[in-house]
Amino acid sequence: MIATLIFIFILAAFLGFELISKVPSQLHTPLMSGSNAISGITIVGAMVAAGVGGGDFATALGFLAVIFATINVVGGYLVTDRMLAMFRKKKK
Amino acid sequence: MEWLYIIAAALFVIGLKMLSSPETARRGNVVSAVGMLLAIVATLLNGHLSFTWIVAGIVLGSGIGAASAYRVKMTAMPEMVGLFNGFGGLASLLVGWAEYHMHPDAPTFTIVSIYLTVLIGGVTFSGSVLAFAKLAELVVSGRPVTFRGQHIVNGLLLAAAVLFGIIFTLAPESSYAILILGVILAFVIGIFAVLPIGGADMPVVICLLNSYSGLAGAAAGFVLANDMLIVAGSLVGTSGIILTQIMCKAMNRSIANVLFSGFGAAAGTVAGAGAKGEAKSISPHDAYFALEAASSVVFVPGYGMAVAQAQHVVKELADLLEANGTEVKYAIHPVAGRMPGHMNVLLAEADVPYDQLVEMDAINPLMPTIDVALVIGANDVVNPAAREDKSSPIYGMPIINADQAHTVFVLKRSMASGFAGIENPLFFKDNTTMIFGDAKKTLQEVVTEFKAA
Repeated sequence: MIATLIFIFILAAFLGFELISKVPSQLHTPLMSGSNAISGITIVGAMVAAGVGGGDFATALGFLAVIFATINVVGGYLVTDRMLAMFRKKKK
Repeated sequence: MEWLYIIAAALFVIGLKMLSSPETARRGNVVSAVGMLLAIVATLLNGHLSFTWIVAGIVLGSGIGAASAYRVKMTAMPEMVGLFNGFGGLASLLVGWAEYHMHPDAPTFTIVSIYLTVLIGGVTFSGSVLAFAKLAELVVSGRPVTFRGQHIVNGLLLAAAVLFGIIFTLAPESSYAILILGVILAFVIGIFAVLPIGGADMPVVICLLNSYSGLAGAAAGFVLANDMLIVAGSLVGTSGIILTQIMCKAMNRSIANVLFSGFGAAAGTVAGAGAKGEAKSISPHDAYFALEAASSVVFVPGYGMAVAQAQHVVKELADLLEANGTEVKYAIHPVAGRMPGHMNVLLAEADVPYDQLVEMDAINPLMPTIDVALVIGANDVVNPAAREDKSSPIYGMPIINADQAHTVFVLKRSMASGFAGIENPLFFKDNTTMIFGDAKKTLQEVVTEFKAA
């Protein structure tokens, strides 16, 4: 079980290197804010903590975690979209 | 539900792939967002959760996130991204904490993961908030802060983090206080890590913190034994590291040098490399005549363009030049500004087509054929000392060879040195002329001249 999780982590890391190694510099900011939004995936853990019924304090921690993770996710994707919407090719 | 998680992970991978090409980037972002939505829905559907606080948190967070995303100015984008990033780290920290609160008797592997989640999440949070404060200039300028014995203090902090981790792992059920200390320690480490880093090195820090927030997410995935969290976190972790490397390479410095040297802390005291003499200066009115006669013009923007909010008037001038038959390009240095790609975003906001933005390696061979290079608020990235002067602290850093253009106009407030605190011999070259004043105002005057003609 543990070995499998670490295995997955390492494979995903290699995949990340392959995916992103050749990005033109104009996309550096959107790539950063877009991948930043993905890091909000911790929302899944936050939801479990907020909803599993582990007592008032754990629920409160989970609730806060959901708020912050959602800001990260929603804000990150929207801001990336706003930036990408501005990029355009020259009209000939 | 596992199936939805697998699809979500695949969508993240495809989305990231699409984000790395200009034609597909916007759709790629949507693909990745759909993956996130699936992950959230799958979690809600797992059937064992009460929705009240989850939904309340999502509604609240969405409101705050959407409002900030729509209201933020493009020039304030670096600090916004930094802050979002910090929130992700904080969320991971809280997830780890809540998990420990519910299961202090978890197996050792989970306990180690909880500690790592809390530690990395905490460092990400406090580091990002300080980076935000520095970028937004809420704290005393963006100058690096260094003090004697800083490395020793940092070493002790790290040693304490490891020690707490060992105690926590050996006796998790009686170590609640240790976890809280770990949280505090993580905050302190994050602050000490970002303090010595100055404004111009911010692109590197933002990338690195981005990577940390991914790693914190992956650590939370280990806590929950959730494959999809691990995959997503790991992808973000590596993408952040790749961007960090690109930024470091663009400054010809190692990550260690950026993080620990307090580069630029001694700004103003570093001796220039004998770049002496009189710098010539002219008025915007005279600059107009040179621009009007030029057949090719290259804009070289830097952080000063962002500060002066001059991107729109730059575009206006570019349009007038093009209407006048001049070929216009923009030379973009990878670390110009305060985050990776900062200049690209600002110029895109001003409606500059991205095929006019030329990367450093592509523009340099053309520089000797360019009539006028217009340097707007850039300094160190056009400093020829990096190419010619072996004694210069920035020697070896790749620069945009603006000095090789027939004529160079430098728009600048004063003769003050740049972030690195190094005199710029470019200002004293025969073919260089300074135009002092606020870049936006200067350009507006040139635009007025053009329109009057």
